[in-house]
Amino acid sequence: MITIENFILITILSPLIVCVLTPFTSKNTILRDFLGPIGGMISSWGALNIMSSALNNQNTTLEIVKIAEGVSIGFEVTPIGAIFGLVASFLWIFAAIYSIGYMRGNKEKNQTRFYAFYAMAVHAALCIAYASDLLTLFIFYEVLTFSTYPLVTHNQNEMAQKAGRLYMSILVGSSVILLLPAIIWVWVATGSLEMSQNGVLEGKLDAVYAPLLLAMFVFGIGKAALMPIHKWLPAAMVAPTPVSALLHAVAVVKAGVFTMLIVLTNVFGIDFLAKTGASEWLIWLASFTLLATSIIAIYKDDLKARLAYSTISQLSYITLGGALATSMATQGAALHIITHAAGKITLFFVAGALYVGAKITKISDLNGHGISAPLIFLAFFVGSLSIIGVPPMVGSWSKFFLMLGAADSGYVVVIGVFCISTILNAFYLMEIPARAFFFKKEREINIKIPKLILIPTLITSILTILLFFYIEPFENLTSMIVSKI
Amino acid sequence: MIDILIKNLPIIVVLCPLMMSLFVVLIPNIFFSWALTTLSTFLTFLFSILLYQEIQIHSHISYALGKWMPPIGIEYIIDKVAIIPIIIISGISFLATIFAYKIMPEEIEKKSISKVYSLWLLAIAGLLGLVTTGDAFNLFVFLEISSLASVALVAMGAHQDKQALVAAYNYLIIGAVGATLYVIGVGLLYGVTGTLNMADLTNRIADLNNNRALIAGFGFMIVGIMVKAAVFPLHIWLPRAYAYAPSAVSVLLAATATKASLYILARILFSIFENSENLINNTLLFVILPLSLLAMFAGTIMAIYEKDIKRLLAHSSVAQIGYITLAFAIGTKASIAAGFIHMFNHAIIKGGLFIAITSIGFYIKRRVTINNLSGLGREMPITFFCFVLCSLSLAGLPLTAGFISKLYLIKASISSDGIWLAILILISSALSVVYLWKIIEVMWMREGKKIVKKENPAIYISLIIITFLNIYFGLDASLVVNGSFEAADKLIGDLK
Repeated sequence: MITIENFILITILSPLIVCVLTPFTSKNTILRDFLGPIGGMISSWGALNIMSSALNNQNTTLEIVKIAEGVSIGFEVTPIGAIFGLVASFLWIFAAIYSIGYMRGNKEKNQTRFYAFYAMAVHAALCIAYASDLLTLFIFYEVLTFSTYPLVTHNQNEMAQKAGRLYMSILVGSSVILLLPAIIWVWVATGSLEMSQNGVLEGKLDAVYAPLLLAMFVFGIGKAALMPIHKWLPAAMVAPTPVSALLHAVAVVKAGVFTMLIVLTNVFGIDFLAKTGASEWLIWLASFTLLATSIIAIYKDDLKARLAYSTISQLSYITLGGALATSMATQGAALHIITHAAGKITLFFVAGALYVGAKITKISDLNGHGISAPLIFLAFFVGSLSIIGVPPMVGSWSKFFLMLGAADSGYVVVIGVFCISTILNAFYLMEIPARAFFFKKEREINIKIPKLILIPTLITSILTILLFFYIEPFENLTSMIVSKI
Repeated sequence: MIDILIKNLPIIVVLCPLMMSLFVVLIPNIFFSWALTTLSTFLTFLFSILLYQEIQIHSHISYALGKWMPPIGIEYIIDKVAIIPIIIISGISFLATIFAYKIMPEEIEKKSISKVYSLWLLAIAGLLGLVTTGDAFNLFVFLEISSLASVALVAMGAHQDKQALVAAYNYLIIGAVGATLYVIGVGLLYGVTGTLNMADLTNRIADLNNNRALIAGFGFMIVGIMVKAAVFPLHIWLPRAYAYAPSAVSVLLAATATKASLYILARILFSIFENSENLINNTLLFVILPLSLLAMFAGTIMAIYEKDIKRLLAHSSVAQIGYITLAFAIGTKASIAAGFIHMFNHAIIKGGLFIAITSIGFYIKRRVTINNLSGLGREMPITFFCFVLCSLSLAGLPLTAGFISKLYLIKASISSDGIWLAILILISSALSVVYLWKIIEVMWMREGKKIVKKENPAIYISLIIITFLNIYFGLDASLVVNGSFEAADKLIGDLK
């Protein structure tokens, strides 16, 4: 019988072990390459068990290192953490398989380093998911930033260097200048770094300061990519596509919105937010980001750039859901972590597949190529439908809850925002399969997509359909986030 | 035997390097003079550890030199405050001596090696004496011993670069001015109180409210020490001295020299003058606080625009000293503790960075400037890796020692209602990432010529140890944190 504590360790340590083993297996490329998928399977097996224990309401706390009095690194099982942990570890399996196909197909240099830091980043994301206190969260938030730097600058050229600078200066700058003092402020106000399911600030913090503290958190969590601190995400697209797919559509940005949700629910508490109205400005900022980036996305001809802006827009859904501070909206926001991850990783997989298979990066070059690679464009189509929120794709669930939440909170305008954004989503995403299938071919390109790329792409796209029917356990979990102890 | 040793520990810690320095100068052989130096720094470190254990039991050791009872005789005081700089100085000097083995003969004429080691030990003895003595005048003596020895050490860099002579001359003149100011202050204090013993001074000052001579004496002492501690804008001797000194000397000075003076500053502010509350509060608020803030930003900005890496690190030291004095300036128990935490952590961080950079200089056989670093990250992975970790620690990123100092410094400033101070500290530390990243990026991104054949274990062993310490004290900081809080407790007691 394996205890929950051990499952936490299994889940977070298996990517770390992969990271450590990778350099030692650099001679044996097959072994090295498949460490990732194997680690992903072990890790998500642990994450599944953690999730089932979270469903049974078993809470465990595991202290790893005691740094000093009242300062420690520790992990625990929370419903929302279980969700994010499962998403990150489960999708890592496919992203790892996909990386093999991509790195080999593209004949990239320094593959050992790539795999090692890739696993390291997953490790950091999982540690964020199960962090038991704010300091642990912050520590691994930073580890995640630094472990993705070598991945973003993988090509080691002028462009990568520029993007790397922007990436680091925004993410490190915002987190160190704003997030850290915000966390320490909570520490000073409440006397501990712990979080609780009902929030910890009520009665401890003068309501006058609540909007200021919230602002420090919101702009400190640069990974949630709210405007005006979103620029790092399009810049990070210079990285190889597996990085964009898993890290910049799932692990890194989801770590950002996850932190945002944790702060809104477990630090402030949605009651405290609703009472003080501290998050009202955040509703408008998130709505603005949501629409503005959707519009920017329309004008991007580069496929990855368009997907990046779409990601920023979708992240704002989650922040918006948290900021609405009703239980429905929070539930929708948490569900959106899963649904967006499954959809967006598929889209990025396709973008990478097109690059490996035909060196296509521009949307305008796609005209008429649908027939030569029908499966890949079909996968893109399914993923897009999920992002747009069409049943029977899983994306419809989270949008449904978010809209209900908006109605609940009384901000009717927000419902309108969701509707407009849905139209915009459809507009900029549908263009790609439409061009591929219905436009006239301009030139003959031989698209050859390796199996190791095609298979994970198809699986994740099927996942978006399957999850629609098996959403129940996740819905139960998300309802536990908002239920009071 | 052991008993006698334990009883006399406070003086043995100082005497061990002092006496050995006299022997070392007589040994012409390069290896043996190094070995003897290593032995004596190791013994000094061992004795400091023993002293630390003694302090855990007795918490205050007073040692009357030559059995002349204080306040007439010279008193040596070791308490929970003094033990922190003692451990820093003895520990770092041991590591720096190990590092010196390979690198010293490379940069200094063979025939003067033993003299250098003799000066080296003399400087260490001076620094240790500085922190153990409880006598205001005796402190001046040790201040001069350590300064003059360091000046001579810096001048030894002239074998490589004649600029070292200018640097040493600067250091000598400015240092002498500082020491003179200090001794004038001591003279004034002696005039009004009639004593030189620190504990005795504390009591007698209590009866003298607003005595002009007392205030003047205080001013002279503080400014004198601030010169030695390189508090902005009295730091101008420091960048050159660090930059042109021989490599090992840079490491020793950067990690230890200003720490002793900072400790003296804390002693003067919070212990000798603890009864003139008004005077201290005004000094903290109107002098130390603004100067610290200026130091934080000026040092960091100077570092950003600096091309010579050793100088860059020296500018960064000015900024880091600013953090420590800022912590003192806030003046609460938590902030003073944070100051001591950072004093310790900065020693291991800067020590590590200087070891990394000077060993790169050893390999490339040139001055280390930003343009000379191209592509070296790939050629010397161990040195590069350690350099990156120490840089992260300097920038205060999680899981490193630097993070712990920042955590407690921010916490202290937020709890004393200084959220704006916290933000300023963090902005300056985020800016420090800029100059560190500049170095890392060049080493990592740019293509360079192949120069280095292989990294030398004799060089990187001390680097690995000190980098390990940076990580270790980031993960298990309770020793440093508890020690610093006890020190702060001892310094300002239950007053605030």
